[in-house]
Amino acid sequence: MTDATAEAVHGHSGGHGHQDPIHAANPFLAHHFDTPRQQFEAGKFGIWLFLVTEILFFSGLFCAYTIYRTLDPDVFEWGHYFLDTKLGAVNTSVLILSSLTAAWAVRNAQLQQHRALIINIVITLLCASTFMVVKYTEYSHKFHAGLLPGKYFQPTEEAWEMPSYEKKNGPPPEGFLDGKPEGIEKAEKLITRGHPYKFDPPPHAARFFGIYFCMTGLHGIHVLVGMGIWIWMLVKGVKRQFGPNYFGPVDYAALYWHLVDLIWIYLFPLLYLID
Amino acid sequence: MAHDEKSAHDPHHDELAHPMPVSMLIGVWAVLMFFTVLTVWAAQQGLGSQTSFIVAMIIATIKAGLVMSIFMHLWWDKRMNLFTFLGSFLFVMLFIGMALTDKSEYNHDIISKMESDSAQAQTSTGAPTMPSTK
Amino acid sequence: MASTTTTADVAPPGAHGADDNYLTHEKGIASWLLTLDHKRIGIMYFCCVISAFALGGFFALMIRTELWAPGRTIVDADTYNQLFTLHGAVMVFLVIVPGIPAALGNFVLPLHLGAKDVAFPKLNLMSWYMWITGALFLISSLIVSAADTGWTFYTPYSTTTPTAVIPALAGVFVLGFSSIFTGLNFIVTIHKMRAPGLTWFRLPLFVWGLYSTAIMQVLATPVLGITLLMLIVERAFGIGIFDPALGGDPVLFQHFFWFYSHPAVYIMVVPAFGVISEIIPVFSRKRLFGYSFIALSSVAIAILSFLVWGHHMFVSGQSVLAGSIFSAITFLIAIPTAIKVLNWISTMYKGSIHLDTPMLYALMFLWVFTIGGLTGLFLSTMSTDVHLHDTYFVVAHFHYVMMGGAITAFFGGLHYWWPKMWGRMYNETTGRWGALAVFIGLNLTFFPQFIMGSRGMPRRYYNYIPEFQPFHQASTIGAFILGMGFLVTTVSLIRSLLKKPDAPQNPWGANTLEWTIPSPPAYYNFDKIPHVVEGPYEYADWEYDDKIGGYVRKGHQEAT
Repeated sequence: MTDATAEAVHGHSGGHGHQDPIHAANPFLAHHFDTPRQQFEAGKFGIWLFLVTEILFFSGLFCAYTIYRTLDPDVFEWGHYFLDTKLGAVNTSVLILSSLTAAWAVRNAQLQQHRALIINIVITLLCASTFMVVKYTEYSHKFHAGLLPGKYFQPTEEAWEMPSYEKKNGPPPEGFLDGKPEGIEKAEKLITRGHPYKFDPPPHAARFFGIYFCMTGLHGIHVLVGMGIWIWMLVKGVKRQFGPNYFGPVDYAALYWHLVDLIWIYLFPLLYLID
Repeated sequence: MAHDEKSAHDPHHDELAHPMPVSMLIGVWAVLMFFTVLTVWAAQQGLGSQTSFIVAMIIATIKAGLVMSIFMHLWWDKRMNLFTFLGSFLFVMLFIGMALTDKSEYNHDIISKMESDSAQAQTSTGAPTMPSTK
Repeated sequence: MASTTTTADVAPPGAHGADDNYLTHEKGIASWLLTLDHKRIGIMYFCCVISAFALGGFFALMIRTELWAPGRTIVDADTYNQLFTLHGAVMVFLVIVPGIPAALGNFVLPLHLGAKDVAFPKLNLMSWYMWITGALFLISSLIVSAADTGWTFYTPYSTTTPTAVIPALAGVFVLGFSSIFTGLNFIVTIHKMRAPGLTWFRLPLFVWGLYSTAIMQVLATPVLGITLLMLIVERAFGIGIFDPALGGDPVLFQHFFWFYSHPAVYIMVVPAFGVISEIIPVFSRKRLFGYSFIALSSVAIAILSFLVWGHHMFVSGQSVLAGSIFSAITFLIAIPTAIKVLNWISTMYKGSIHLDTPMLYALMFLWVFTIGGLTGLFLSTMSTDVHLHDTYFVVAHFHYVMMGGAITAFFGGLHYWWPKMWGRMYNETTGRWGALAVFIGLNLTFFPQFIMGSRGMPRRYYNYIPEFQPFHQASTIGAFILGMGFLVTTVSLIRSLLKKPDAPQNPWGANTLEWTIPSPPAYYNFDKIPHVVEGPYEYADWEYDDKIGGYVRKGHQEAT
C-alpha cells in the first residue's frame, strides 16, 4: 500500500527534541499536525461540527416550544405578559454588541493588534456580564411573583404588579388585589371584553414558565461558559500569543459566541414578542 | 469531498488570516440593531398572532443570516463548513416536522377521549370532574 | 536495551530499537492517565469497556437465572426490574456504543490514515474521562436504588417511580457527550489528517464505518442529551412537557428518545460492518468485492437511520399517518444492509479462506446478523408488529443484531488487531474454542426467544406461564454457554500477554497501513509518513514467510 518516500518536512517518529523547521518556527503548532494551515482547518471544522451539536441540542427545546405553542397558544399568550420586553430588548442589544466586539477581536488577533484585542475581549466580557445581571433581575422578579415552572408555579399578587405586566395591561382594577368584590367584578368585565387581563391562568399555564426557564436557563449556561472561554482568551491575549499564523482559538471562541447570540436572536421574539 | 486537497492550491486561501474590514463589522452591527428595533416595533402593531409571528421570524432569520454570513465568516469560509452547519438545520426540521405532524394527527384523539371520559364520569357520578384542556 | 539507552540521543530515524514502542515509551500510572496518545487511550477504553461488558453480562446471567422457573427463583420482582434496566443501560451506553469506535477505533483510525494522532488528542482524553464519569453515575445509581425504568426511560413511569432515575439519567447524559466528542474528533481526523495519496476511495472500510458512525453520533446524540436533561427537569420540577398528569405528552418523549436511539442502533452496528469489511477480504486473500458500494451504503444507512425512529412507536399512540411513513422508510434500510452482506459473501466466493479466529467471528456475524436483520422486517411491518410488539420476539431480534452483530464484530476485531495492540499472538486453539462456544451459546440463548415471543411471551416480565418454561430454560443454558465462551476468550487473550510468541509485523497479510509498522507500533506511529499509492485490499504483493510467522512484501525480505 505504501511507497515509503521520506519527506523532510514530516520528520521522524522520535518527535520530541528533534524539531523540524516548521514546528520550530511555530511554537503553537501541535506535534501531530504538519502545518499551521492543517491545524487551523482541523480546528475550524471541529468547531463547526461542535456548533452543529449545539443546534441539535437546543432543537429539543425548540421542538417542545413549537408543539405546545401550536396546540395550546393561549398559554403562551398569557405567559408572555409577564416578560419585560424592554429588558429582553436590552439583552438582545447587549448580545449583538458583544458579537461585534467578538468578531472584531478575531480581526485584532489576526493583525496582532494586542491592545485592541484585549479591549475588545474586555468589552465582550462586560456585555456578557450585563446580560447575566439583567437575566438575574428578570429571574428574581419571577421567583418573587411565584411564576415558577411546573409544580412550583404559585403566582402571587406580586405577579399582577410586575412592571412588565402593568405596562402591557395597565394597573389592576382598584380593589382587585385586596379581594374586594367590586374589584373582582371590574377585572371580570375586562376579560369578557377580550382584554388580556386575566387573573385565572389558563390550564397548564405553568408550562410556559417551564419552557421559558429551560430555554433561557440553558442559554444562560452557555453565556456563562462563553465568559469562561473569553477569560481564557484574555489570558492568552495578554501573553501576546496570537498572530497571523495562530489566531484559531479566538476565532473558535467567537464562533461559539455568535452561536449563543444566534439562539438568543430567536429566543427573544419567540418568548417576549408574542402578539 | 476532496475539497481539502484542492483548496490548498486556491489562491484565495494562500494566507490563513482574512481580517474583516472594520467598516463592514460596524455596518452589520448597525443593521442588526435596526432590525432589533424593528422587530420590537412590529410586535406592538397588533398584526394578529399569525402575521406578527411570521414577521418576527422573518426578521430573526435575516438577523441570523447576517450574523452567520458576516460575523461567522461563512460567506468566505470553506463550503464544507457551510454545508455542515446548514445541514444541521435540515435535521432539526426533520425532527420538529415529524414530531409536530404526528402530534397534530393524534392530538384530537386524546382530546375526544378525555371529553368522553369526563362525560362518562359526569353521567355516572352526576358531578362535574376534570375539565378538558381546550 | 542497554544499547538503546546509550545511543538514544544520536539514534538515526527509525533506529529506536525494538523495545521502544507506545507501551514502553513512558512508564507509570500517570503516563497512562494523562496520555494524549490515541493508542493508549484506545487501550484504556478497551479495558473499561471489557469491564463494563463483564458487569452487564453478570446482570444478564442474573436475569436468565431468575427466569429459570416461573415465580421467584433468586431475586424479587423489583430487583429483577432493576437488573434488566441496568443490563440494558450498561450494555448499550457503556459497552456497545463506545465499544468499537472508542476502543478499537481510537487505536486503529490514525494508523489507518497514516497520521500521528487524532485531530484533537486532549478532547480524546476528555472523552475517556467523561466515559468514566458517566459510568460512575450509572453505577452509583446502582448503590442508591437502581432505576427500574428499562434503558428507554419512558415517561410517565420514569417521572413517578421512586427509584434513583436522576443519577442514571445524568450518567447517560455525560456518556452521550463522551460519544459526541469521539465522533466529532473522528470526522475531523478523517477529513484533515489523511496521509498523502490516501484519497477517500482508498480508505479502509473500517474508516468509512467510523465516519458514518461519527455523523450519527454528532447529529443524534445531542438530542438524547436535551431529552434526558428535560426529563431530569420534568422529574425535579414537573414542567409538564412529558408527564401526562401535568398535561404533558408521553408519546412526545418517545419521539425525542427514538430520534436519538434509532440512529444509536446504527451507531452500534455500522462500525461493526467496518470491522467485518476489514476481516473478510484479508482472510479470503481476495480483493473486497464492491468497495464503493459498501462504503457508500454505510453513509446511506447513516442518513436513512434518521428517518425511521417511529417504527419503535407503532402501538404507542402514534398516528397512523406517521406510522405508515416510518414503516415504509424502514423497509428501505434493508437495501443498503443487504448490499453489504451480499458483497461480503461475493468477496469470499472463490477466495482461499483461512479460518483463523477473526474470520470465525466474521462468519458468525454474517450468519447471526442476517437472522437479526431479516426478523427486523417482521417488526417493521405495522400489522405484524402489533402482534409481536413488546414480546420476546423483539428481545431476540435486537440481541441477534446487537450481540450477534456488534459484539461478535468487536471480538473479531479484537482478535484481528490484538497482535498489533500488544505485540503478542493469542493462542489460535483457545481462540477458536471460545468463538465456537459464543456461537452456540448465542443461538441457544436467543433462538428460543423468537419462538416464545411469537407465541406471546411478553418482554420484561418477571413471571410466566409454565408452557414457556422449556424455552426459558434453553435460553438460560445458552446464556451460561455464552458466558463460558467469553470467559475462555478473555483468559486466552490475557494469557497471550504473559507468554511468547511475539507477533510479527503483519501476521495476516493485510494491506492497510497499520500492518506496515512494527507490532506494537512506535510512540509516533510512523517512522516516515507513508505515501499511499493503491487501495487497501490488494494482496498480490504480500507473501507468507515461515521464518517470522507472518507476511512480508515481495522483494523486501532482506529489509525485514
